[in-house]
Amino acid sequence: MSEQNQQHEHEHHIVSPGIYVVILLALLVGTAATVAASYIDLGEWHIAPGLTLFWNPVVALAIATTKAMLVVLFFMHAKYSTRLTKLTVASGVFLFLVLIGMTMADYFSRAWGRW
Amino acid sequence: MSDSTAISNSAAPEVHHEHPPYQRHHFESVEQQADTTNFAMWLFLLTEVMFFGGLFTAYLIMRNWYYPAFVEGSHQLSIFWGTANTAVLIASSFTMAMSVWSAETRRKGALLLCLGLTLVFGFTFLGIKGIEWHEKWEKHHIPGPSFSVQSFVNPASDPEVYKEYHDQPLAPDMAQKTQEYFFLYFAMTGMHALHMVIGVGILIFMIFRARGGAYTTGHVTFVENFGLYWHFVDIIWIYLFALLYLISRH
Repeated sequence: MSEQNQQHEHEHHIVSPGIYVVILLALLVGTAATVAASYIDLGEWHIAPGLTLFWNPVVALAIATTKAMLVVLFFMHAKYSTRLTKLTVASGVFLFLVLIGMTMADYFSRAWGRW
Repeated sequence: MSDSTAISNSAAPEVHHEHPPYQRHHFESVEQQADTTNFAMWLFLLTEVMFFGGLFTAYLIMRNWYYPAFVEGSHQLSIFWGTANTAVLIASSFTMAMSVWSAETRRKGALLLCLGLTLVFGFTFLGIKGIEWHEKWEKHHIPGPSFSVQSFVNPASDPEVYKEYHDQPLAPDMAQKTQEYFFLYFAMTGMHALHMVIGVGILIFMIFRARGGAYTTGHVTFVENFGLYWHFVDIIWIYLFALLYLISRH
């Protein structure tokens, strides 16, 4: 983003009701999709002996994350906010993933191979 | 970037220049005040992410540990009520977003309508949650001394759930671990509901203030930042719905 654009970045941006309606419909469709997907057995992927990935939770969390991103970007105006806010949101997601990732890495590797 | 703007504008700091009544004295401009409070609100939400993150991590590990108990425990939840509540909360997020728009465009009537609808949806959500919790109470599925493993050691004794899932009986020790599931269920939905109750309280306060025209004269920060809080609570529910209700159906 150029310097000129940054100058205008923090001017108050009003998001139009049309966008809110589109996001509302997208969120409701996402809810219907995730409920429908939970009724179908999506199978599993045997990555290695003792390590299996089930697709149902993966799909449910992917849809939930898509919905959450729509809420953050449009309802919470992150798309239209200052770089500082964008950085704050991104660092929050990153820190959350680090905490979960590190905890799970430790948890799953404690008894590695001794199942 | 807003810092550098602030410095370049403060050439004559000793002069008390004109400003709107809602601008605090220690802010250089209304924009700076709005940016600062917005930043602070996001920082608060990050602490909330850490708080709920701990619960989510506990759920992830416990579910991995006592997988059969967590699957059969989650079969006790009603997909119908869960889906209905998700729709109610998404609708409330929409009316909240519309509240912010009404305040920004200085429409007092629309603001009151949207805040009122958000409040109604908030109460609806809590009411449905109450119905679900009451059912757990009746079936002795609240962890503690009066917890009953009947539905898990003998699934056929719980015909309503059995006809849908045909669960296998759990061994008594694993059946006890369904308490772990319900403990996390009540901890997570309970903390979420507490956030809703706080939100509903602030909404009532805002409706009283909005009636006096507090948010429709150009100062929308409070409505905006409350909106951030309300949407955040919505996001938490989106994940709770997926994790507690949906992922254990297969």
